[in-house]
Amino acid sequence: MSRLRSLARTMKTADFRASFSRETPAVRQAESKGVDSRLEDGARVAVVGGGPAGSFFSYFLLELAERAGVRLRVDVYEPRDFSAAAPQGCNMCGGIVSESLVQALATEGIGIPPTVVQRGIDSYVLHTDVGNVRIDTPLREMRIAAVFRGPGPRDAREVRWGSFDGFLQKHVRDRGAELIHSRVDEIGWESGRPRIRTRDGKLGTYDLVAVAVGVNTGALKSFQSMVAGYRPPRTTRTFIGEYYLGDRNVASILGSSMHVFLLSIPRLEFAAIIPKGDYATVCLLGRDIDDALVQAFLDSPVVRECLPPESYAGRSSCHCWPSINVSGAVRPFSDRVVFIGDCGFTRLYKDGIGAAYRTAKAAATTALFHGVSAADFETYYWPACKGIGDDNRIGVLTFAVARQVQRIRFMRRALLRMASVEQGKSGERRRMSQVLWDLFTGSASYRDIFLRTLHPAFIARFLWISIVSMLKKDGA
Amino acid sequence: MQAGALGKTYKNGEIIVRQGETGDSMYIIQDGQVEVVVERDGRELRLRTLGKGEFIGEMAVFEREMRSATVRAVGDVRILTVDRRSIMRKIQEDPSLAFRIMETMSRRIRTLTEEVALLKKEGE
Repeated sequence: MSRLRSLARTMKTADFRASFSRETPAVRQAESKGVDSRLEDGARVAVVGGGPAGSFFSYFLLELAERAGVRLRVDVYEPRDFSAAAPQGCNMCGGIVSESLVQALATEGIGIPPTVVQRGIDSYVLHTDVGNVRIDTPLREMRIAAVFRGPGPRDAREVRWGSFDGFLQKHVRDRGAELIHSRVDEIGWESGRPRIRTRDGKLGTYDLVAVAVGVNTGALKSFQSMVAGYRPPRTTRTFIGEYYLGDRNVASILGSSMHVFLLSIPRLEFAAIIPKGDYATVCLLGRDIDDALVQAFLDSPVVRECLPPESYAGRSSCHCWPSINVSGAVRPFSDRVVFIGDCGFTRLYKDGIGAAYRTAKAAATTALFHGVSAADFETYYWPACKGIGDDNRIGVLTFAVARQVQRIRFMRRALLRMASVEQGKSGERRRMSQVLWDLFTGSASYRDIFLRTLHPAFIARFLWISIVSMLKKDGA
Repeated sequence: MQAGALGKTYKNGEIIVRQGETGDSMYIIQDGQVEVVVERDGRELRLRTLGKGEFIGEMAVFEREMRSATVRAVGDVRILTVDRRSIMRKIQEDPSLAFRIMETMSRRIRTLTEEVALLKKEGE
């Protein structure tokens, strides 16, 4: 810590911040309007929501401020208690920290401890009606973290594990933020600064408010009317179910693999079973997910073989139907207010925590090094959101192709065969395995994945195996 | 290895990075210790010991030279691999991600400067 202080001392604050700043017409326009947009010593920042987006924003804002020698006061408003055993701290999430985020966080000095990771994932198994294939990570290393965002499933009587959101919150408190266990009901304005009113009637006026409440809260609608131009993302319903198997069964049935399914079930885009401590988490994404679709999935012979109903006594410990984004927000910022994480922009279907990290850090960097006016956010924060949005458009196309493969049996067989052959040969470039890994785990951008599928070697091999699979109808 | 432990466990004496090889990854120690050694004229010189949270092979992120030293596990050590390509892309998007790597390199240059000064003084 003293090292950082000395670094901060040796760099004159203004020079250090100026090195990140690029004067643009938009910024000059904001300044000409008289918006004093820099966060200076003693500035107050409110973060509404203490999930990953809120925690990442608070953590990086305070860290960057320390490097720049600026003292900030950060209040994080979060009514949920992530340390108590009960569903009130649940964050309705599949709970996968992608390979690229695990690596980025470790580089940032945030190593996720084994007490928080329910199971390290070193492989995935792709299940189809024509067979399955296991694909390992390089070096067979545990590269993906399966976590409980809150204190675990509904029937958990004691907390034997650490909540991921609680772990991030601790980092934020250690950095100097104050955690306020209150629900924010209203964001208003007082002398050009945002003012927060909590459910218990407390008021606070801030230089900047970062909203990180996700999309599964009614509060978002009321914030919408208070922030001009903001429109929340469009969403769709998903299914997350926790099934108690016991630690031994989880290890013997699911192992340290994420299980993904390519099944021809109408409306189902993606399905995964993730091992986590004593539980298996079932995640279903698609259109209008409902009870009938969940049952059709669990009753499918492929799923029953992977997760036999007797292993979880035929019922879930708890389940929920959270909303996830299918579009980004419109104008997720105004003067002194910025929307981050799911209520701003997130990746389509995958790596929501990774997108929270990206948007939170982009917003924190903008606020500290450039300013907190709408023009500042438009110039420096919006490109990060737009980048995610543009990539999601390619994601829609990628999932449409995956849907076609899912529907056509000989293509499912070809895909499986291509991946199996790659796994059997050491030294061969694993094009299909890498595409599937990145698609299912969210470890790479949809653009990268799509570009890899356009490689002539990939197309030629897939076409050849597809023709062979079409001719050899009985072979798997 | 615990079910929730990320990375890969190396046993005592196992080599993580070998001097002279070309590297395309850096590593972050999750748990345990490693020793950094260099070979000169058939002799092995132990340079330093590194522990939890420290980077290994971070030079490979910025240059494609051969590894300058060998890194070996001291007891069981758990290491997370960070792919060069993946981290370079992230640094491109967000240069502040490189702060901690730069801090580590800066600290190591400082230590080396002190050691060089000490050696010169001894040689006079």
